[in-house]
Order: sequence, then structure tokens, then C-alpha cells
Amino acid sequence: MTYGQLPYDIAHLLGGAMLLLSFVLLYQRRVQAVINAFAMQGAVLAMAAAWQGAMQSAPELYLTALVAFTAKAVLIPLALRAIVRRLNLHRAVETALGIGASMMAGVAVVALAILVALPITTGARAIAREDLALALSVVLLGMLMMITRRNAISQVVGLMSLENGLVLAAVGVAGMPLVVELSTAALVLVVFVVAGVFVFQIRERFDSVDTGAFAANHGEDAFEPEPEEASTAPPGAPPAAQRGDAG
Amino acid sequence: MQTLGGLLTQALHLVLMLLAAPLVVGGVRWLKARMLGRRGASPLQPFRDLRKLLRKRPVLAENASAVSEVAPYVGVVATLVAVALVPSFAHGMLLAPLGDLVLLAALLALARFALALAGMDVGTGFGGLGAAREMSFAAFAEPALLVALLSFSILAGTTNLDAVAATFRDGLLGLRVSLALAGIALLAVALTENARIPVDNPATHLELTMVHEAMLLESSGRHLALWEYEAALKLTMWLALLAAAFLPFGVAPAGSGPLAWLLGLLAWVVKMAGFAVALAVFESAIAKMRVFRVPEFLGAALLLALLAAALLFVSTGLA
Repeated sequence: MTYGQLPYDIAHLLGGAMLLLSFVLLYQRRVQAVINAFAMQGAVLAMAAAWQGAMQSAPELYLTALVAFTAKAVLIPLALRAIVRRLNLHRAVETALGIGASMMAGVAVVALAILVALPITTGARAIAREDLALALSVVLLGMLMMITRRNAISQVVGLMSLENGLVLAAVGVAGMPLVVELSTAALVLVVFVVAGVFVFQIRERFDSVDTGAFAANHGEDAFEPEPEEASTAPPGAPPAAQRGDAG
Repeated sequence: MQTLGGLLTQALHLVLMLLAAPLVVGGVRWLKARMLGRRGASPLQPFRDLRKLLRKRPVLAENASAVSEVAPYVGVVATLVAVALVPSFAHGMLLAPLGDLVLLAALLALARFALALAGMDVGTGFGGLGAAREMSFAAFAEPALLVALLSFSILAGTTNLDAVAATFRDGLLGLRVSLALAGIALLAVALTENARIPVDNPATHLELTMVHEAMLLESSGRHLALWEYEAALKLTMWLALLAAAFLPFGVAPAGSGPLAWLLGLLAWVVKMAGFAVALAVFESAIAKMRVFRVPEFLGAALLLALLAAALLFVSTGLA
């Protein structure tokens, strides 16, 4: 159960590939490239699940792999691509944080994951410690991607990459019931649909999927003028209609 | 007997590398041309270019100092020493105990220093620009190289290339995530060091974005031949280094006989051909990046190398 045994090495390497793809997601600027990297991460996740299925001789993990492959490597990327095409998104992704800074933050986040994973796994095999650290890193990098990107599509991808990390951690544990995974996969699909609708709504409202456009509609700014307006408005005029136009 | 074998393999290795260097460059060019739908010059073309250039007298600018005269020789000698230290078909060469990875990095830095000085010597705009870019890229590439070497040395317990390759060949370490990450970092450094496509375009010297060629604009004749040969040697050395570290299969062990050497030679040729094809495919598929994005690219390589080292600290229980 240490290094040098091929089954564990390959499982380990697939986990490493997922971490690497998380960094690729963080590094890419263009929406298309982000979607491609996400599809690859889904495929690697499916491979990791299938490999774990073969190793633990747990056939239900093959189903997990199939679900992961169809949903995350094929369907969701296709749908995302359709959205990109339909909305005619400009090709550049605007990042809230520069690429260099977000890569640095990424490594800091991985260091954090290692620091967290180490104390809670004392006594476990070295390989289990590293695997948990890898999965946790993928989760945290997904979160980081949601924070550093202003494009709604990239944020959706970040969310689903986070979920990839969760599934990676789940398949590594022997005896994880299938129900949990299936429900997670279903959850992701729901989340994806909601997020897609959300993207459309944002697009309709603001003519852009840049979440920076929300900044103007922060609560404080919107509510502050109201009492003033109410006091200056003549008592006879209908204020509701005016406000409706402005909104 | 051991010493004699070491001496013989060392001599054969040097001859092999000297002959292979232009062939590698020519082969990659030819493959790229074929992939782009052109017929391409014969893979032997660099030999002809070198022969032609070596017969020509270098023309120096009026204000050229001794640096322009000396730098090509310094560059070639430093690279040659580096080439002699990287194993190709057999381990246990005479100079193998000296084959330290940090020493290799230093020799490459020396060659780069000579090249940058030669670029700046005459004081033309392009030379200075190329030298400035080369050195600023090196400032990012070298830390990445050294950190990647750190993870090698954590795993193998030494920075000697022969010993590292022998450890990896034994397979006791297995497949390691950190090694894969360090390998990717090394690939990025190799592309930068050899002025290959995402960083610099080796097929042009008529662009404002060029780096390597900008420093060579003032050299001609014999000096240009030396610089081109240096670049070819460096590319071959990097490919041999990657092959030695990551694909150490089939290499003849120290103290083996001619038959094992022959097998090692075959394996080496196959590996180098594989690398050349991979390089040609990669360069045909990818566009050159903007100069200002190169630090980002190398910064990513450095971070991956750091990550590799951090994961190693975890798995070896040092942290």
C-alpha cells in the first residue's frame, strides 16, 4: 500500500492530473479553453472512479464513472458551449484578479489544503494523506476560480470543478454508498440548470455576463436615495411609476 | 576495465552528441515542414549550413570589442561540457561523477551569459532588446529549474544525474504526482531555454518579438556557425536530459559491454525521435505567446515545481 505498487500509483497520478487541470482552469483566459479544460477534468475524474472501481472491486463505481463521464465530460461542456455560442460571448475572460496573482493564490490554497489534511490524517498511509490533500486542493481551487473570475460561465465551471473534487474524495474511500454519489451528480445537474437560467437572466438584464455589472446595484446605493426622493416628491405625483421606469 | 569502459563510452557519447545535434534540429524542422504541408529542407540541411558558415570569415562591426570574438567560444565550450555530462546511451561514463544537475544549470547560465554579452556588445537596438528579454526570461526559468531539481534530489537523495536516472530506472519510487508536476515544469523551462515556440519562434529573425535570433543579428560566418551549433547542442542536451531523467529505460548500466551499449543506443535513438516528433507536433499546434505573457507561463512552471516539492514534503513526512 505504498509507492511503487502500480494500482495505487495510477490512482494517485489521476488525482494529480485533476489537480493539474484545476490549475489549467485557473490559468486559462478564454471561455472556450476553460470549457475544454473542464471537460478534460471530467474525463479524468471518470477514469479515476473507474480505476477505483477496479481496485476496490466495487462495480457501482463504474456507474459513478459513467455518470461522471456523460455529465461532466460530454453533456455539460456541450451545453456550456451552446450557451457561449448562443450568447455570442466575447472570447476574452475578464479576471477579477490577474493570472499570476490567482496562480499564486492557487498554490497558497494548495498549501492550506495540505496543512489542513495533514493533522487530521496522522497515522494514515502516506498515500491516503496525499490523496486527501489532492482532493481538498481541487475543491479549494474550484472555489478560488469562482472568486477570481467575473465571467458567469467561468464561475459555473468553478462550481462544478469544486464538485469534481468532492467526487474525487468520495470515490477514494472504500464503501461509499452509491446513493450519495448519484444524488450529488443529480444535484450538480440541477445546479447547472439553475446556473444556466441564471446566466440567461443576467444576460437579459444587463446585456453581459460580467458579474461586475452588479456593482451598481448594491443594496446601500439602491436604497439610500429613497427617503430623500419620498420627501422631495410632491404629494400628488405618483412616485411608483417613476421608480419603475428607473429600475 | 571500468575506467576503460567509462572512457570509451564518454568518447562515443561525445561523438554521438556532436553528430546528433544538427540532425535533431534539422529533423524537427523537416517534421514541422511536413506537418504544415510543405516539403521542407532535408534533415541534413543544418550540416550544410554549418559547413558553409564555417568557411566564411566573421564580419565584425567597427566598434566590436573582444567580447564579440570570445563569446561564441565561451558559449560553445560551456554547452559542450554540459553535453558531456548528460548520459545518452550508457551510465557510468568517465565524467558521470561530475554530472551534477546544479552544475548543468550553471553551465547553461554561463552559455546564456556569453550569448547576452555578445548581443549587447555592438550596441544595436535588437541585440540589447534580445539580451534583455533572454535574461528576464532566465530570471523566471532558473528558479523553476532549481525547484524542479529539488524534488528530484528529495526523491533520489542526490543531484547527480546518473544516480537520479538509476534511481528512477529501478522503479522503486513508482509513479509520483510530484515527479509529473516537476516534469511539466522542466518541459516549460526546456522550451524557454531553447527558444522554442510558445516563448520564441525559432523559424524567424524578422520579428519584433524575437529573442534568441535578435542576439545573433550581428554575428556572421564562423561565429554564427558556432552560435547555431551551440543552440543545436543545447536542444539535444535538453532532450537527452529529459530522456535520461523521465525515460531511463534501456540505458546500458555502468560497466556493461558493447552489446548493452548498442541496445542503449537504439533505445536512445527511439526516445530522441519520439521527443522530436512531440516537439514538432506541439510547435505546429500552438501559437507563440506575447512576450509579456512569458513571465506568467514561467511563473506557472515555477509554481508547479513548488507544488511538486510541497507534495513531496507531505508524502515523505517531512512537513
